[in-house]
Amino acid sequence: MSFAAVIILTGALTAASCSLVGCFLVLRRMALVGDAISHSVLLGIVAVFALTGARSGPLLVVGAAAVGLLTVVLIEAVRRTGRVREDAAIGLVFPALFSIGVILVSRFPNSVHIDVQHLLYGEIAFSPLYRVELWGADLGYRSLWMLGGMTAANLAFVVAFYKELKLATFDPALAAAVGLSPVVVHYALMAMVSATTVVAFDSVGSILVVAMLVVPPATAYLLTNRLATMLTLSVLVGTASAVGGYLIARLLDSSTSGAMAAMAGVLFATALLLSPSQGLIARRRELARLRRGLAERLLLTHLDGGHGAGDRTTLRERFGWSARTEATVVRSALARGHVRAEGSGRLVLTEAGRGAAGEIGVG
Amino acid sequence: MLSAPALLGVEFDYTLRNVVMGSAALGAVGGAIGSFATLRRQSLLGDAVAHAALPGIGLAFLLTGTKATGGLLLGALLTGWLGTLAVLAITRGSRVKEDAALGIVLSVFFGVGALLLAYIRQSGEAAQSGLDRFLFGQAAGLVAEDVRLIAVVGGGALLAVALLFKEFKLLAFDPDFAATLGFPVTPLTVALTSLIVVAVIVGLQTVGVVLMVTVLVAPSIAARQWTNRLGPLVILAGFLGALAGATGSLLSSTVDRLPTGPTVVLIATAIVGVSVVVAPGRGLLWESVARRRRDRRTRIGSVLADLATLSPAPVSGGALPVTIATLASHRGVTPRELRRPLSELKRRGAVRLEGDGAVALTSAGEAQAAAAAHRERLWRSALARQMDLPGDRVHLSTDDIERVLAPEVLVALEGDQTTGRTLGTGDESRATGLNPDGIGMTVSGLPAGGADR
Repeated sequence: MSFAAVIILTGALTAASCSLVGCFLVLRRMALVGDAISHSVLLGIVAVFALTGARSGPLLVVGAAAVGLLTVVLIEAVRRTGRVREDAAIGLVFPALFSIGVILVSRFPNSVHIDVQHLLYGEIAFSPLYRVELWGADLGYRSLWMLGGMTAANLAFVVAFYKELKLATFDPALAAAVGLSPVVVHYALMAMVSATTVVAFDSVGSILVVAMLVVPPATAYLLTNRLATMLTLSVLVGTASAVGGYLIARLLDSSTSGAMAAMAGVLFATALLLSPSQGLIARRRELARLRRGLAERLLLTHLDGGHGAGDRTTLRERFGWSARTEATVVRSALARGHVRAEGSGRLVLTEAGRGAAGEIGVG
Repeated sequence: MLSAPALLGVEFDYTLRNVVMGSAALGAVGGAIGSFATLRRQSLLGDAVAHAALPGIGLAFLLTGTKATGGLLLGALLTGWLGTLAVLAITRGSRVKEDAALGIVLSVFFGVGALLLAYIRQSGEAAQSGLDRFLFGQAAGLVAEDVRLIAVVGGGALLAVALLFKEFKLLAFDPDFAATLGFPVTPLTVALTSLIVVAVIVGLQTVGVVLMVTVLVAPSIAARQWTNRLGPLVILAGFLGALAGATGSLLSSTVDRLPTGPTVVLIATAIVGVSVVVAPGRGLLWESVARRRRDRRTRIGSVLADLATLSPAPVSGGALPVTIATLASHRGVTPRELRRPLSELKRRGAVRLEGDGAVALTSAGEAQAAAAAHRERLWRSALARQMDLPGDRVHLSTDDIERVLAPEVLVALEGDQTTGRTLGTGDESRATGLNPDGIGMTVSGLPAGGADR
């Protein structure tokens, strides 16, 4: 496998594993808890390294993920003191944990190859350099094993507990009523998010994990109303960001993880503008259509009521329409055959128009 | 502040003075303006703004080639502003919620920043090395010119807060009311948000984009513990911010390999920790002392009430003794738990301990017991009337709530517990409002009944 292929595949697996759990973070309005976890696992990674010397492997994932869970517990504990709101609790807890991690990193002897650049941006470009060996046999690339395993684990988690996650996300009260503990679901999800963050950390660093956790799911959220579709779409969007990001970074000879996040942002912005149901443009159009419809109905009821009907200048005065609005409304009503213009330019309801006005139920 | 270096035995030279003064000023601006962000639940907006500033620094360098702090911060200001606009556009224009919008802006802008910085590094501009200092801050690099910049910009921001204090106060506590009074709410919101952006940008040099949020949030939370009034809160938050900034930068400049941002963050967090625990009134320590005292009073009251119920006074002479075991099972507690309230009552001369584990009211105790029993009855009927519960079901201890409330109500309440939603409990009002007006009644003082067991 070429180096480029390894990097692209690593990025794609990072995006896929993050998107799967990220969907639930976005739906449960916990995106910033994901942000907090992704920062504080640094402390876990450093601590596990300091205690065991492990720079990768299951021990690191479990140990660092435990610190991720600790973050969630701490945020909740701070909130429960009743002195601090949740947003501020998040803003207090993760910078503190992250700071301890950063200070430990900068004070370690040089033998640790974690530097500040790495912990912020990750080192996805180095992913082809590390291979897994077991009893002397070369098993292939480490990043692919780790991220492939994490993606499989997240997929298994989501598939196995799909019903539970769905219910606990959309209707926690009902979930509790049917005996599903929201707390258990919550912490199971947080455990998966923490583990995912640890594994993804090597490729994309602590901050850009958030881009993978939040941006593709939010993009998918704008495109569908179905959970299963959202999960699938977010994995696709994430993968596209990874591939596109790699190409941009290659072109500019720049940071791959940064480019992946930027690419994810571009895809989100595109969805935000162009989504057929949720997009800004579609929404604006829909709004304009509703406005026009309302104006037309006003016109019909007005004419039907016989309030000095038909004189086009009184229409403007009565409804506060601009000349342009009035022209559009009248043109549309003429086109539908609801009104016709008499010789003097006065508007008169047609038979069809009278029927339509009757349906409105005011006339 | 000036005594700190002396304490550390560090020579207070010119460079160090710049560092300390600059960081103190940054902390003061961040703390004071951050108070409004925290009150308006916008703590994490500061986080997003700070991250969004990174691409601005890269852009400013790429476009103008400047290394001057002022120019770089101008770029940061621009993209930081764009970041807030993007958050607003996303939350207003789509169904994506605020948390996700903040996460998106934070990570995407930061990603673009990382892209730009790496590009600058790659294109062999040796001069760029200074840009990385904005990631975690580097107070040691502050020079007199920076301090002047901070003083002017930060001072201007603080002056704006002072001038618009009344307006911002209203905006923070009751924006709807502000609108009905005819205040220009939107321009004021824009002004306040801009000030938050300015505070963030000014702080980038010492604390860096990654950890700036703490400087905004921590001082005001700590200050909130010490005062109930907004004016003193803002001033105190400024002071605590300055304290954290100054000590943090001083430590980091004098100790090897101690990055400034994280150090400031840890000191600010420690200030919050101390304030949350020991501040008079709102401190957790005092709360637990008060709760213990209240619990003891409640327990004594309920023991008295039970004694009145269980040992009706005979026609003449003292009340009849009751065994402690009976008393305990009546209240649904263990005899051990009664030991302290009983010995307290004995000390007051309200009861006397008979042999063989029995206890009797003294004649002085009888009056107190009757009063306690009366108060308990009043509580029951109050609960029955106020909460519309059937009267025969309210004489239960609070741990029997599932026997009072319907199952579906309980499920809803449980759901609220786990999702963090609360039904306007005392907790909430303490966390949200200054001057909680005491609408919620203290139910913990409720005597625990249990006559039907």
